[in-house]
Amino acid sequence: MMRSPDSLNLEAIRAQFPILHRQIDGKPLVYLDNAATTQKPVAVIQAITDFYTQCNANVHRGAHQLADEATRRFEQARDTVASFIHAANRNEVIWTSGTTEAINIVAHGMAQRLQPRDEVLVTEMEHHANLVTWQQACLRSGASLKIVPIDDNGALNTEAFSRLLTERTRMVALPHVSNALGTINPIKALTAEAKAKGALVLIDGAQGIAHGAVDVIDIGADFYVFSGHKLFGPTGVGVLWGKAEVLHNWPVWQTGGEMIAEVSYQTATWGELPNRLEAGTPNIAGAIGLAAAIDWFQQLDIKAVQAHERALLAHATKLGQAFAGLQMVGTAPDKIGVFSFLLQGCHPADIGFILDRQGIAIRTGSHCAQPLMQRLGLPGTARASFSVYNTLDEVDALFLALHKTQQMLA
Amino acid sequence: MTLPGYAQIIEDIAFFDDWEQRYQYIIDLGKSIPPLAAEHKTAAHLVAGCQSKVWLTSQQQGGRLQFQADSDAVIVNGLLAVVLAAYHNQTPAAILAFAIDDYFKTLDLERHISPLRGNGLRAIVARIISMAKRAQSEISQ
Repeated sequence: MMRSPDSLNLEAIRAQFPILHRQIDGKPLVYLDNAATTQKPVAVIQAITDFYTQCNANVHRGAHQLADEATRRFEQARDTVASFIHAANRNEVIWTSGTTEAINIVAHGMAQRLQPRDEVLVTEMEHHANLVTWQQACLRSGASLKIVPIDDNGALNTEAFSRLLTERTRMVALPHVSNALGTINPIKALTAEAKAKGALVLIDGAQGIAHGAVDVIDIGADFYVFSGHKLFGPTGVGVLWGKAEVLHNWPVWQTGGEMIAEVSYQTATWGELPNRLEAGTPNIAGAIGLAAAIDWFQQLDIKAVQAHERALLAHATKLGQAFAGLQMVGTAPDKIGVFSFLLQGCHPADIGFILDRQGIAIRTGSHCAQPLMQRLGLPGTARASFSVYNTLDEVDALFLALHKTQQMLA
Repeated sequence: MTLPGYAQIIEDIAFFDDWEQRYQYIIDLGKSIPPLAAEHKTAAHLVAGCQSKVWLTSQQQGGRLQFQADSDAVIVNGLLAVVLAAYHNQTPAAILAFAIDDYFKTLDLERHISPLRGNGLRAIVARIISMAKRAQSEISQ
């Protein structure tokens, strides 16, 4: 019997993920790289297969049965997302290729509106996707990029946030959760503070979306963005949610089909939301797959999911504290199940190689957060990141494998 | 110390029958590779690797290319020793003729710690080959 909170049937959950039954070099796969991407349940794989086997067609323009069915499923997927994040209006849900593209759409538009005296606020814990985008928007517009520091435990320094927030702050872009450290930021309070100063607020939800209930109205930000593949859905699809009153005249991102109203040889006018920000044929199967992932995720008891992930992190933390030479990186009080660590005398890349050979998948390196690693004075870390389908036994397996790693590298 | 030649490495690795021994051999090789002096660890000598850093320096002597490499990760260092066993102190023609992929396949390293695993080895091999090509075209001119 697997150890887990009562309301979560771990065996039944794991049975829905075919890949979790794979073996790596004769050893059962222990997949602890969920912050990079999550695995996919049968329901998602089946939804994509069904789409391609039953009703593949382009959306919105066909004059035939398949096009109608494809369009209906595709637009139903938008409704699923809208209701999942409690959006006020389905037209506020824009399909993107992922979090990165969603942030680029916002940063690209913002760059056209920023003035040289304006300021943009991001944090020291940013993933490159929410740093380089704003850095480049500032370079293009002449605005200043301000960086909110973190404390040594990886928590955001909220006093510094308040200090850096000024009347000149036009944009605040924050991670819901840090990918490298697991820190959960108090986004609702920070958003309220930023809105009071008149700034627009974007929340990078890439790491937050699969670990709690997200209510965009309650959070109060102007934009919330996330990727499908970190939420048990397919790669290549993501969501930009934005308040209709902000998005309706947002500078268009890509131009081409779908996003237009009228076109002549010399001019064009843009369509309404959501189409004006969705040029070209969308990732139809991806959107349908993501909706299936959301349906799958929503039938879980989210409180039980969170309790289970906290139990995994607590178990790892307990074993980590007892492990000679192991240093945890990121010990903020409020965290998701991200266990970033260093092992004395062992380079993270070497740890990754030797764990891999034992069937254990983790991530090593700078986690697309090079400035954060510089801030922490680290070459990178090894990171185990947990998801709902991981077990306490898998955490034990990680530490058993780490003992061997330490012996081999000593 | 003198690092083993590639024929020696093939022979050594063939002797091991489990992954732990193979990895331990690579780790030991990595520990015995002479470190690159700090002044050579410059941006110009840095070869892109996402998970670990790798530096490569070269010089030409008597028509042969000589290399020194270093990484902050010990397994990568061991793999560098494996790569340099094939390329160090060879003529450009010999470098270009060497079948590196077959070599890695023979070592049975390809599957687990191959140059394709984002550890910078593929970039090292590419840099060595482009140096050899340049050296060869200088010779033929």
